[in-house]
This record gives sequence, structure tokens and C-alpha cells, in this order.
Amino acid sequence: MTSSPIKFYQVGSFAVGNRLLAADDRSIQSDPNRTNALTSGHRACQGCGEALGARYALDAAMRATNEKLIAVNATGCLEVFSTPYPESSWRIPWLHSLFGNAPAVATGVAAALKAQGKSDIRVVAQGGDGATVDIGFGVLSGMFERNDDVLYICYDNEAYMNTGVQRSGATPPAARTATTQAVGENPGNVFGQGKNLPRIAMAHEIPFVATATVADLRDLEAKVTKAMSFRGARYIHVLVPCPLGWGSESCDTIKIARLATQSGLFPVFEAEHGEVVASTRIRQRVDVEEYLKLQVRYSHLFVPARRDDVINDLQAVADKNIRRYNLLRDESESI
Amino acid sequence: MLRQVEGSKAVADSVAACRPQVICAYPISPQTHIVEGLSRLVKDGTLENCEFINVESEFAAMSVAIGASATGARVYTATASQGLLYMVEAVYNASGLGLPIVMTVANRAIGAPINIWNDHSDSMSQRDSGWIQIYAETNQEAADLHVQAFKIAEELSLPVMVCMDGFILTHAYERVDVPEQADVDKFLPPFQPRQIMDPNNPVSIGAMVGPEAFTEVKYISHMKNKLALDVIPHVAADFQGIFGRSSGGLIRGYKLDGAKTVVIALGSVLGTIKDVVDEMVGADFAIGVLGIIAFRPFPTEAVRAALSKAQRVVVLEKAFQVGIGGIVIENVRESLRGTDTKDYTLIAGLGGRPITKQSLREYLVRACQDDVDDLTFLDLDTELVDREILREAGV
Amino acid sequence: MFQVRIHGRGGQGVVTAAELLAQSAFDEKRFAQAFPSFGSERTGAPVVAFCRIADAEIRVREPIMFPDAIIIQDSTLLKQIDVFAGLVTDGYALINSTRSFEELGISDLAHSHSRFITVPATAMAMEYLGRPVPNAVLLGAFAALTKIVSLHSVTDAINEKFKPKIAASNCAAATAAYEFVLAKVATHA
Repeated sequence: MTSSPIKFYQVGSFAVGNRLLAADDRSIQSDPNRTNALTSGHRACQGCGEALGARYALDAAMRATNEKLIAVNATGCLEVFSTPYPESSWRIPWLHSLFGNAPAVATGVAAALKAQGKSDIRVVAQGGDGATVDIGFGVLSGMFERNDDVLYICYDNEAYMNTGVQRSGATPPAARTATTQAVGENPGNVFGQGKNLPRIAMAHEIPFVATATVADLRDLEAKVTKAMSFRGARYIHVLVPCPLGWGSESCDTIKIARLATQSGLFPVFEAEHGEVVASTRIRQRVDVEEYLKLQVRYSHLFVPARRDDVINDLQAVADKNIRRYNLLRDESESI
Repeated sequence: MLRQVEGSKAVADSVAACRPQVICAYPISPQTHIVEGLSRLVKDGTLENCEFINVESEFAAMSVAIGASATGARVYTATASQGLLYMVEAVYNASGLGLPIVMTVANRAIGAPINIWNDHSDSMSQRDSGWIQIYAETNQEAADLHVQAFKIAEELSLPVMVCMDGFILTHAYERVDVPEQADVDKFLPPFQPRQIMDPNNPVSIGAMVGPEAFTEVKYISHMKNKLALDVIPHVAADFQGIFGRSSGGLIRGYKLDGAKTVVIALGSVLGTIKDVVDEMVGADFAIGVLGIIAFRPFPTEAVRAALSKAQRVVVLEKAFQVGIGGIVIENVRESLRGTDTKDYTLIAGLGGRPITKQSLREYLVRACQDDVDDLTFLDLDTELVDREILREAGV
Repeated sequence: MFQVRIHGRGGQGVVTAAELLAQSAFDEKRFAQAFPSFGSERTGAPVVAFCRIADAEIRVREPIMFPDAIIIQDSTLLKQIDVFAGLVTDGYALINSTRSFEELGISDLAHSHSRFITVPATAMAMEYLGRPVPNAVLLGAFAALTKIVSLHSVTDAINEKFKPKIAASNCAAATAAYEFVLAKVATHA
């Protein structure tokens, strides 16, 4: 499994005993020479999961590529809060074109580098769930199909946040958004198949697909680092809670991400060439309710009356993930 | 009913009263409150027999609209700026197929650079698409024009773009007499499609047309668009008959009697212009205002008549032809053909820059004395421009 | 026409305040126009909202450059933005603060304008609503300070906009602020 063999559970993922670890095992954020690719001064909300995830991911990518990296960004929160003219928080080459074309633009950047014999410079494309699973879906599939040499990172906060919390294809069932409001007989988002981008990426048989969350930032760093060891199309899907859109406390961002993994609602795994090669066991399983009740976007499942029918349906989604990825296996079992 | 309401909400309620059967939209600032309002009305059961589809892009939105309209449903969608451009292939497809789709364009600037604020570059970029384009001056008119739009669209079997200034109107909270269901039902009968996908009477829609007939198809569309010049006023008159107020139509004059200078504009800025014109009293300033409500088709004759006594016109535009000048002015010049009327173009409000009474007044005072350039960009920061040009020259 | 400019931060209900004020004027059969300075979603960012009140249709659309009254929902903005820009000579300023004009650094300004007042709106909001959202409180205070709308209209507007329980506590808070300002103005008269 791509992760540090030493886990410091007692103090959580922040303190990883950096002093006690060999240099290579330490978080890149502990290195004073890190890039600070997304540096301070950006305008993200307090508690923004995406700002946290992007910072870790990009610094890891910069370390892994010896600082030879170009980033392509889709329109969305990350782009908006990081580049308020005339300022920019980016300390790396950074290109923003449109909402729906980040994968294609990245394909173009990679092609240009190749044509100029500069393939030592690597390309990262990034966008939110809206840009990735909806409007940019077609070009993302194209990038996968051609196996273009791009790592695409999706920061999934499960709705179109920057425009006011509207539903996306990644919005989970029953969640309230501005276009799936908590009214009527079936409040919140419909129960559908959802659009599982990691599995769709796997179906393209690309070299590397992984999921991660901001609850385990070392794991995110490690996966980005590993992704850069491959050539070809790679995809990482990161769960990033959004206090504003989810209606959660800004101090609970990491906690909520952890509950998403420990409930089974967000399975953490990696795949190579279309096959799952590793998944992170659930250490302390929680019922989905523990996760749901911290978020106002699910409050209609509890007040004015409990919707046990919906909560049970969500539990079934979690249970399916647990079965599918064998997330409650013994420590000794491999996958 | 008279309400103090956000423009977007007034539009959502008016559209709902038109009993659309399919609403498909993709969120983009500043249209979001309209579709959110409609999604709520569908979800809580107020708007019945309506499928609300959360599509995955604007291209999908217009495509879903095409399919639904061709199958006989009354359809509505909304977008702005980048979203309008994303669906352009489908926009031309809708008008080419003669589908009476109604779409709100919450006017917003087009990037790059990315800008979410109001100007007219989005709808202006589609002025040749074959869609009818009507511009609301106030939120009252925005609500009313949507109701009229369905009737215009269905009479002509042409799609209609209702343009309302993003943020300035969509997010302004003001008094609107929101059309009531009973009145809208009187005004707008159920949709009778010209042709429809129906197993009982199969037709093929979307055939390839070669050189032997393409010109004729386009000419017929040209004729139909000109017919709109009659349909739009009579729909406005019908509207007045039922709702008791004048809303819509082709153009609207203000203090044109005796006006030597006429300021022409589209949309919400007309309100600010009227306030400025009211303050410019005295014989030096015989100044009036001409609002253009129907921009496509352009009401050339009506504008010609309205400007018959003017010595000069100032066309205030919120979009322009890069490297050339204004857009609306070229249509106005067609109306001025054969006259001595002078014309000046004032590009203002790009990317949401506020058009202030002060700046407008200073400009108009000079314009009345013919003391302005043919083309002016209002409140241009010439120092910033000069610095940038030097920087690019490597100085 | 009476023009009000409201300054605050995203999440403090600045836009709602402008709308409630407009609704209050509407309830008194007047014309009102309320709109925010626009931007994308972000909690904590400085926001401005505008409200015009008049007895005839309001046609102008420019941002309010010369307000008759300013409401400041978050006094930390005083250090960041020129919140008082354009305030007319005998304009009103209503500031959410427990501090004095001296401590806020605006004593010169406050004394050249006779109608400045501070209200501990956040504390009152905590007391009546249990949440630090001072907008309704400030509207009650505003009604007392300027008399542009009545307290009754303000509470009507609150009742129209919010669910009953929240409306009730907001009305109580607005009323308390109204009385607070009346008393404060009386002692200074």
C-alpha cells in the first residue's frame, strides 16, 4: 500500500512525528524548502478542504518532479480564490482556460512539451467535481482514452460551490443543494447511480487511479508522488469537504472527511491499469449517521422528523463500498 | 401580484406560470437564482407536469431543450456568457429547426479574462443565430417579457432569447407585479407545435439540405424573423389588454418630442440614462432617450421614425466589435441612411463597470455640443492602458 | 430618494438586511430597490449591499456613491475599506460595535456628522438569536435612528421573510435595538 508504514494515530494526521522519521518519510509540508505552490494570501473560506488538498497535492507533485511541473486549472473555487487579479497565489506555472476543458488543455500542454523534447516537465490538471464529472467529462475521457501524459486531480466537494451550491453529477443522494432543495416528498438530491469517476477512470484502464481525502494528507502526498512515477493518464479523486456548501463547521473539515472514510461512504483505494491493487481498511467503523449529522445539507434527514428510510439507503451505499473493497478485513489481509 | 422580489425570482415565477413542461439548465452566475427558484417550484409540487433536468453542461441544456421541444413540450432554459458560447452549436440548431424554445440570457461578459459581471457581449455574439432577442429594461419588464416570449416563440415557431442584465437586474430586489396564473392562462394558450415527434404521424426532423435548397431555407427564416416585427407589437398589445400595462414591444421612446439629441441603449442602463436626461434641462439640451427592446429582428423602420427629428444620436453599448467599434450603432446607421444625423458610439459598462450618472452626464453634455470622438470608451483608465502598452513594448 | 449603503462580511446577512429594508419600505407603499455588490460565494469576504427608497419608480442602477445612511455590520471593515466614502453631510452612520468613536478611530468623522451611533448589535443578536448575525438588530436600530421606515414595517418584513420561530426572535432583537437607539438618541439630545 502506498503510504507511510508508521501511523501516529494518537495525535492524528497532522503530527506525524516528523523529527522521528527519516527525511523521506516526512510530510513534504515539513520541509522548509518545499515549493509552497499554492502560497498564502488566497481568498478561500475558512476551513476550505480544497485549499488544503491542493496545497499538499501540488507541493508533492513539485517534489516528485524536481519542480518541473505545469498546472492547468478548470474554472471553479480553486481558480477563483487563488487568482484575484492582480494577485496570484501560485508559485508554479499555472494556466486557466475554461470550465469544461482543463483535461484537453492539459493534453495540449503535454503535447507541446513532447514536441519540444521537454518531456521531463510534467503536467497536472485540476478541477472540482463539476468541471470533472459534468462539463469536462467528455474531454477527460478523451485524455484517458489517448493515455495522454497528464495527472488529473479532482477536488470533490460534491456540488458547484463557487456559483452557489448547485447540484453536480457528484452530489451524493439525499444531499440538499440549491437545485435539489429539501422540499417535497423526496427532499434533497435524487437517489441515482451517482457518477463514480474513479471507477469510470479505471474502466479506461489507465495506469493509475486513486482516491484520497484531506483526512489523511500523508496518503494524498504519497499517492500524488506515486502517480508521478507513471507516464500516461492518471487520475486522483480527493474528497474535500466545503463548510459553506455542506453546512459544517469550518473546524470540522478534516474530521468530516475522516468520517466519510470510516463510514464507508468514501472508499480509499488505488488501482493500476483497471484493477484495484490496494485499499485502506476502515479502522473504526461508524454508522453513516455520524457523518451525516455534522452537515446541514443533510439536516432534513433528522428534522422535523427522522427519515430512517433515507438514512438506511445511505447506509446501504456505505455497506456496498465496504463489501466491494473489503474495507473491514483483518489487518493481515492484503486487499 | 405586486411584490417586492428579487428579479430572478420574479422571472422564475413568471416562467412557472407559463406552464413549461421541461426545464433543463446548468448553473452559471448570474442566472443561478432563476433556475434554483424553478427547481424549487417543481420539487415542492407548485409547478406540476414539469420535468426539471439538472444537465451536465450548457451544451447538454440546449440539446435537451431541442429534444423536448421537438417532441411537443413547452421548454425553458437559461444561461449566460460562457454558457451561451458553450451551447452555440445547439443554439443555431434550435433556430434552424424552428423550435420555440425560450431562454433567459442573464447578460454577462465573455472571457478571457474571466469576468462574471454584466455586459452584453454574450447575447450580442449570437445576434446572427436566428433567435429573436428582446431586452428587458426593468425586472417588471423581465417578468413580462418571459410571458410574452412563449407566445411570440410559439406563434412564429422560432426560439426567443430574453436578455436581462446579469446581477443588475437578476439580483436586484424591487417592486414587480408578478403575472398571476389565471391571467397568464388567459394570455398564453397551450403549446400547439408546428410539427412534433409522434409515432402516429412520423416526421423526420433534421435532414441534410444541400446547395439546391439551403438558400431558400435560410431565406424563409429571414422572412419569418421579419414577421416578428409584426408579431412582437401585437403580442405586447395583447399583453396590455390582459395585464393592463405596457411592456415589451419593439422600442420605447422617452422625451423624444423635440429632442435634438437622442441617446439609444438596451436594457437596464436606460433607467440611469433617463435620470441623467431629466437633470439636463435647458434649451442647450433637447435630449431624449430611445430604448430598443427588440434587437433581433432589428426594428429598422420604427427606429427610423423615432429618430426622424434628431440631429445626433449617441448609442450607448455594452459590447463592441473588437478593432472596429459598436454593434448596435451599425444597425442604427441603417435606420439613419439618407439623413444627416450625426452618430456617436459610447462603449460603457464592460465587464460590469458601473455606469455612473456623473460620468454619463459629463459625456452627454459634451456630446450635445458635438465635442466627443466618434467612438468613446467611458471611464477608460488611459494611464493604465498607456503603462501596459509600454510594458508590452519592453520599455 | 433615500440611499442606504450596508457594509459587512459574507455570511453576516448583509444582502438580507438590504432586502428587509426594501421590503419594509414596500410595506409602507413606497418604492425600494435593493442590490448587492456582486461576486462569487465566499464566507468572510467584505460585501456591500445597497438600498434606495423613494416615492416614485426608481430608475437609476448605479451603486450608491453618496449614501444618506451607512450601516456597518462588521467594524473590522473600518480598517480595510473606506466605508464612509461619499456619505452626505448630515448623513447617518450606524455601526455595530461596543467601542467608542475614539476607540474606533472615527471621532473626527463622527463629530462632523451629527448622526453617528454605535449599537452592540452582535451582543444583542447573541442574546436574542443565539447567533452572531446582527442584521435584523441593526435594522431595528436603523428605523429608530433615521425614521425612514417604521419598526412595525421592519418586523412585518422579518415575519414575511423568515420562518416563525426565527422571525419571532429576530423581531424581538430588532425591537430591543429600536428601543436602545431611541434611548441613546434621547440622552444625547
